[in-house]
Amino acid sequence: MQIKTCAKQIYSWCDERIGITELLEFAKKKAVPEHKHTFWYYLGGISLLFFIIQAFTGALLLIYYRPGPDAYESVRQITYEIKFGWLIRSIHSWAANLMLVAVFVHMFSVYFMKAYRRPREIGWLSGLILLLVCMIFGFSGYLLPMDELAFFATKVGLEIPAAPLNAVGELIAAALSIIGIKAQWLGSIGSDISSLIRGGFEVNEYTVQRFFSLHVIVLPAVFLAVLGLHLYLVQKHGNAVPPSEEAKPIEQRKSAPFFPNFLMRDLAAWLIALNVLILLAAMFPWDLGQPADPLKPAPAGIHPEWYFMSSFQVLKAFGQWFPGITGEILGMILFTAGLVLWTLIPFYDNTSASGKRARRATWFGLFTLAVLVLTTIWGYLALK
Amino acid sequence: MKSQAKPEQINQEQGATESVTRRTFARIAVGAAGLCYAVMAGYPIYKYLYTPVEKAAKESAVKEILLKDAHKLPVGSGMVFKFGSRPAWLIHNDDNTWIALDAVCTHLGCTVKYEQEKKRIYCECHGGVYDPHSGKNIAGPPPKPLKQYKIQITDSGVIVSRA
Repeated sequence: MQIKTCAKQIYSWCDERIGITELLEFAKKKAVPEHKHTFWYYLGGISLLFFIIQAFTGALLLIYYRPGPDAYESVRQITYEIKFGWLIRSIHSWAANLMLVAVFVHMFSVYFMKAYRRPREIGWLSGLILLLVCMIFGFSGYLLPMDELAFFATKVGLEIPAAPLNAVGELIAAALSIIGIKAQWLGSIGSDISSLIRGGFEVNEYTVQRFFSLHVIVLPAVFLAVLGLHLYLVQKHGNAVPPSEEAKPIEQRKSAPFFPNFLMRDLAAWLIALNVLILLAAMFPWDLGQPADPLKPAPAGIHPEWYFMSSFQVLKAFGQWFPGITGEILGMILFTAGLVLWTLIPFYDNTSASGKRARRATWFGLFTLAVLVLTTIWGYLALK
Repeated sequence: MKSQAKPEQINQEQGATESVTRRTFARIAVGAAGLCYAVMAGYPIYKYLYTPVEKAAKESAVKEILLKDAHKLPVGSGMVFKFGSRPAWLIHNDDNTWIALDAVCTHLGCTVKYEQEKKRIYCECHGGVYDPHSGKNIAGPPPKPLKQYKIQITDSGVIVSRA
C-alpha cells in the first residue's frame, strides 16, 4: 500500500511540473480513422522504429569503429573478435535495408491514398527529404567498412554524376564564350565536385573519414530536424483519409482513439518488425569482404544495393542505346525530370482536391512504381 | 465470461475476483515477455561492451615475467616495467638491495615515480610518499603500502612474479 501512495506522490509531483495527465487526455481525444486502408498507417511508425534501432546500434558500433586508415581492421575486429559484434553490425545493416523498404512502402501508400493534398503538401515534401537523407545515409554508411565492395560502390557512385555534369558544364562554357565570357573551368565541374567529396582523385582514407562525419553527425542532425517537422505535421493535421473514405458522409466514417487503442496496435506492429529484423540479422549475418585495394581489379558481378539498382540500370541501358556521354546525360535528365514531377505532385494534382478520385495521379503513381520495379528486376537479371 | 452463465447465477464477488485474476495474469504475462526481450537485448550488449575487460583480465592474469638485462640496472636507479596490464617499478637501492613494487598509488590510482635524488617514491597527484626499500606509505594521503612483487636476480635478467 505504501509503495502505491509513494508512486502516486511521485507521479503527481512530475505531473504538476510536466503535465502528463494533460498529454494523456490529449492522446485519448486524438482519433485515428479506421477503414479498409488503415493498415498502411503502420508503415510510418515502422520506419520510425527502424530509425531508432539505427541510432541505437550505430552508437554501439561507434564504440569500436575507427574511421581513416584503420577502418577495415576495426570492422574486422567488430565482426570477428568483439563478442556479439557481428550481430550488432548485422542488425545495423539489415535495419538500414528494412527501413528503406518501409519508407518506400510508406511513400507509395501516402501517394495512392492522395495524402499529399492540401493542407499536407509540406508533409509530403519533408517526407521526400527524409527519403533522400536515408539514401545518402545508405551510400555513406556503405563505404565505412572499407572492403572491396564498399570501395568500388563508392568509386562508381561518385563517378556516375561527374561525366554528365562535365558535359553540361562544357556546354554552358561554350555558350558563355559566345558572349565573350571565359569559363573553361566549367568543363570539369563534375570531376571537381567528385574530387572534393572524395578528398582526392581516388577513394582513400580521407573519403572514409569525411563519409564518417557525414554519416554520424551531419545526416543525423538533418534527419532529426526534418523528422521533427514531419511528425509535428502528422500531429497537426491528423491522419489523412483516402478519397474513397472522404466520399462517405461523416457519420458513416469510423475512428479509434489514438491512446490506448491505436498505440497498442502500433506497438504490436513494432514487435513484429523487431522479430523479423532479429531473425534476418541472426540467420543471415552481414558479410565483410576482402580489404579494399586500389590496385586490384573490380570483383566479378559487382552491383549496387537494391535501392540504387533502378537508377543504375537506367543509366547503363541509356549508355548502351546512346553511345558516349549522350546516353548518360539523357538518363540523368530523365531521372531528374521524373523526380521533380514526383516531388511536385501536390501542386499540379488539382483534381483530387475536390475529393474525387484522381485517375491521372493514380496512373502516374502506378507507372512510376512499375518503372522502378521493372528496371530493378532488369538490373538483377542483367548481372547474370 | 458473459457467455459462461446467466448473469444472475454469477456471484458478483466471485466474478470480480475472477476478472482481477485474469487482469493480473495478463499483466504478469506481458511483464514476463517484456523481461525476456530485455534480457535478450541486454545480454549481447553487455558481452559486446565487456569484451575489452575480458581481454584486460587475460592480460593481467600473468604470473611471472622476465625483465631481460635488468640485472645490469645501476645502483641507486629504477626502471618502469609492465606487469600484466599494470605499471610497476624495479628499483636497485643504494644498499644494493632490489625491490619490485606496483606503481599504482594506493590513494586514488595515479602512477607513482621513483625519485633518485630524494631516495623516495612520490605521487604527483596528491603528494603521497613511499619508502623505496619496503614500499611502505610514509607521508601524505596513501592508506596502504605499495604491493610488492617477488624477484629473482639471474644472469640473464630479473624474474618478477606475484608475491
